[in-house]
Amino acid sequence: MIQAILVFNNHGKPRLVRFYQRFPEEIQQQIIRETFHLVLKRDDNICNFLEGGSLIGGSDYKLIYRHYATLYFVFCVDSSESELGILDLIQVFVETLDKCFENVCELDLIFHMDKGGLSAAPARAVSAVKNINLPEMPRNINIGDLNIKVPNLSQFV
Amino acid sequence: MPAVSKGDGMRGLAVFISDIRNCKSKEAEIKRINKELANIRSKFKGDKALDGYSKKKYVCKLLFIFLLGHDIDFGHMEAVNLLSSNKYTEKQIGYLFISVLVNSNSELIRLINNAIKNDLASRNPTFMCLALHCIANVGSREMGEAFAADIPRILVAGDSMDSVKQSAALCLLRLYKASPDLVPMGEWTARVVHLLNDQHMGVVTAAVSLITCLCKKNPDDFKTCISLAVSRLSRIVSSASTDLQDYTYYFVPAPWLSVKLLRLLQCYPPPEDAAVKGRLVECLETVLNKAQEPPKSKKVQHSNAKNAILFETISLIIHYDSEPNLLVRACNQLGQFLQHRETNLRYLALESMCTLASSEFSHEAVKTHIDTVINALKTERDVSVRQRAADLLYAMCDRSNAKQIVSEMLRYLETADYAIREEIVLKVAILAEKYAVDYSWYVDTILNLIRIAGDYVSEEVWYRVLQIVTNRDDVQGYAAKTVFEALQAPACHENMVKVGGYILGEFGNLIAGDPRSSPPVQFSLLHSKFHLCSVATRALLLSTYIKFINLFPETKATIQGVLRAGSQLRNADVELQQRAVEYLTLSSVASTDVLATVLEEMPPFPERESSILAKLKRKKGPGAGSALDDGRRESSSHDINGGVEPTPSTVSTPSPSADLLGLRAAPPPAAPPAPSGAGNLLVDVFSDGPAAQPSLGPTPEEAFLSELEPPAPESPMALLADPAPAADPGPEDIGPPIPEADELLNKFVCRNNGVLFENQLLQIGVKSEFRQNLGRMYLFYGNKTSVQFQNFSPTVVHPGDLQTHLAVQTKRVASQVDGGAQVQQVLNIECLRDFLTPPLLSVRFRYGGAPQSLTLKLPVTINKFFQPTEMAAQDFFQRWKQLSLPQQEAQKIFKANHPMDAEVTKAKLLGFGSALLDNVDPNPENFVGAGIIQTKALQVGCLLRLEPNAQAQMYRLTLRTSKEPVSRHLCELLAQQF
Repeated sequence: MIQAILVFNNHGKPRLVRFYQRFPEEIQQQIIRETFHLVLKRDDNICNFLEGGSLIGGSDYKLIYRHYATLYFVFCVDSSESELGILDLIQVFVETLDKCFENVCELDLIFHMDKGGLSAAPARAVSAVKNINLPEMPRNINIGDLNIKVPNLSQFV
Repeated sequence: MPAVSKGDGMRGLAVFISDIRNCKSKEAEIKRINKELANIRSKFKGDKALDGYSKKKYVCKLLFIFLLGHDIDFGHMEAVNLLSSNKYTEKQIGYLFISVLVNSNSELIRLINNAIKNDLASRNPTFMCLALHCIANVGSREMGEAFAADIPRILVAGDSMDSVKQSAALCLLRLYKASPDLVPMGEWTARVVHLLNDQHMGVVTAAVSLITCLCKKNPDDFKTCISLAVSRLSRIVSSASTDLQDYTYYFVPAPWLSVKLLRLLQCYPPPEDAAVKGRLVECLETVLNKAQEPPKSKKVQHSNAKNAILFETISLIIHYDSEPNLLVRACNQLGQFLQHRETNLRYLALESMCTLASSEFSHEAVKTHIDTVINALKTERDVSVRQRAADLLYAMCDRSNAKQIVSEMLRYLETADYAIREEIVLKVAILAEKYAVDYSWYVDTILNLIRIAGDYVSEEVWYRVLQIVTNRDDVQGYAAKTVFEALQAPACHENMVKVGGYILGEFGNLIAGDPRSSPPVQFSLLHSKFHLCSVATRALLLSTYIKFINLFPETKATIQGVLRAGSQLRNADVELQQRAVEYLTLSSVASTDVLATVLEEMPPFPERESSILAKLKRKKGPGAGSALDDGRRESSSHDINGGVEPTPSTVSTPSPSADLLGLRAAPPPAAPPAPSGAGNLLVDVFSDGPAAQPSLGPTPEEAFLSELEPPAPESPMALLADPAPAADPGPEDIGPPIPEADELLNKFVCRNNGVLFENQLLQIGVKSEFRQNLGRMYLFYGNKTSVQFQNFSPTVVHPGDLQTHLAVQTKRVASQVDGGAQVQQVLNIECLRDFLTPPLLSVRFRYGGAPQSLTLKLPVTINKFFQPTEMAAQDFFQRWKQLSLPQQEAQKIFKANHPMDAEVTKAKLLGFGSALLDNVDPNPENFVGAGIIQTKALQVGCLLRLEPNAQAQMYRLTLRTSKEPVSRHLCELLAQQF
């Protein structure tokens, strides 16, 4: 089960935050800050998993993250998820954003939260990869020269 | 500036957003927002009925304003209206608003629930999905209460669309995780299992997630899923990469579904049916075979998907732990990954191999990779991976490779990241002890540990080495030699000084023959470190010095000189000053014989399991073990004294040695107990000492002991007890007891009724009665506010293994407590064995939306199961003598905290539970009591004697029972009452 999805930039500014468990705002801020400091000091090309420690829920939880250009995408998941599955999910998530915004960049996340009547395109993309069908979500995604369909992805609530 | 989106026509919204973006200042933004709010308010209030589109637009604006961080106090009604719209986009915005601004306003909740109900019943799959998503997104208990019963029906209904089934399964999963008690189990469970056969892969995936979660609680209800899952898996695994079309992901057929199915199978033991099992083994083999095939794509997604299945397959093989052939294959496969260029795979391989190492079939196979793993520990750039490598080395360690692994880990320690040093230190210490063939190696290893990472060596580690050295004659000489050498380093860690000081103080004589380590050399070596050390270490060193005086009379003059120095005798630290004064006097006044007796070598330590257990307990619930720790310290001093001193043979006239014992048990700064009886050997000895206060303070043995057993409240005692230090988050996640918990508990030792706890919100009253080994307790929870408490749930938690000692049955209470109301909870208690720590009472509730939680100690102490016993003086003395073993007695001398009133004392003793026996003690001022503690498993006879001394305002309390921990515990409990 995914506990939280955090997207923040290289300076730790949160760009998209979704907690699937209720935390008071200060705790959320603290989680984001600590997560940022955890991933910041790791260079690229080392492994994408790290123990989240005491942040959310203790040692059963892992942080799985990817770093794209200026953005970190961090998923906090418990031990019932396949690490590689989540890693792939992040990839699909970003590809979907890319499709929505055509070459997604950090600015898109900042300025287009309102796109499509506020329904927060990224959130919708997550819904789509979470396999909850929303009618407008395109089932076909073009990435580069490869035409793939949105596959069935691991489920989580 | 961002382009204004024009796609779906809500121009007003787009203009508003771009206006906000164009605001130059915070004030301008607020102004614009206030203008808009006024506009929306007037539109909503206006006479003209708004059409759906306008409502949607305004609700969107409100939502945007809310997301900018402003409060929204209206518009909820309009959003709820949108829910009943027939247009998808309007309905969607309505649901979005509800999900974001969920509010427990009861009037609205009713309307919202109504709208959701309508949508669920609408048979329009899109609307049903929207409703299900909203329930899942909110996921609150209220939502669960309203819909948990409907969703299973939708899930298994024959006519539900695939997308609806999928959403229903996920929604149910969410509700089940939030509040499992609300989801009713029933005949639908059998039909959910059959969703594994569904045509639609999305439905299957959702269903597997749901079943995996549900079957953890009721494995038997879902047992049939095994064969279905196996056949589904086998169909996927054996299909060609093109068969599954949509669900083929980078040439891998349905990878994530396979992963889920393999996870589900890990909830169960291997299938019993031979055919099913055969098919499954075939699947697992196919996966292992496919992993060896060359990749069909260079994309990282392809290898990720393929490897995800492979790792899950290996997990399942390890879980079954019954197919040696597969286990060895799995191990080889992982071995290849250990050197894979992809860091993630190395990490996962190390992690899986860790579990593989514990299987007897594959342990040897894992061991063959030792060099690779050691190499990973040395060269890996990533700390997470290095940590996994260290874990794996720990897991694969056995007698044959312990030396290699320990030395590698020690080497790694020198460069290890600070974050994991302590863990490595613990692991090394555990391995060194567990696989020590000769103890000199063990001593070397621990000393190296202190040398390399002294700061991370917790007290338990060096206590342990001292215990082992003290208990094993054959290593003492070697240990003394080694520490002597280690101390010669110009800079050595303080922990090294402590170990060195202790060992030389005890066994320095064993190396004194060598002129290079003659007594004066030993002394000056230790003393050269003295001034750089902390107070605690210096105190220990002073004890070493006095021991030296006994071991090596030739050093006496030098040491006395040191003790006499102004820096010691007038030290600002009272402990150091006291030690210096007392040791100086002891060395000059006592005869050689007395000195030899007092400063004799430490007897072997008793087996320490109990203390480790206690530490573990304390780690789980801080505060719960403090009484235990004190008790243990006392018992140790009894253990020490047991061999040396005779115990009092008669009660009425305490012998001098009984006083000696008493003095030792008293805490160091205590004033001397009123001399009862005639001769008081030690006080006489010291009466002409130069000390300003005539107190005795700790004797050397005790000083050593108090070094050995300081009450270290949070020390991570994972050593020996728990190989995975960070694993346990505490019993059921309850918080530690509140700071006053002990004090509150003490109030109830001698009484059964009263107010247990009170703050501004809540009052908890207790009424209890106990008979034999049974008890019943009524807890009254009073809500002192005028607001209802919600989700009120008091639970009783047994820290540690208390459950096997005490059974507490609780009845549930209503989850709401109205303002000013009181609810009652009945607890049935049965004492199974003697116990030391009380159970914890954890109370959680929501007050005005804010969660409150509180942990108290339940006032159930062992003395509640006392049955008073009357007996004549003769019987009493006979029994008293029978219980004369030193460990059966616990004694405490303490200052009175309350006025010393005989009647009050009597009432307290009666309340404590024992019978009071008159005319037993020759001194009518003294109290003598007797009783039996009733537990289901055994009865513990118990005798007590309380001697008040009105002049000194002191008490002496002596307890003798047939069980050592009970004596100590009762003594602790009762001593706090006076």
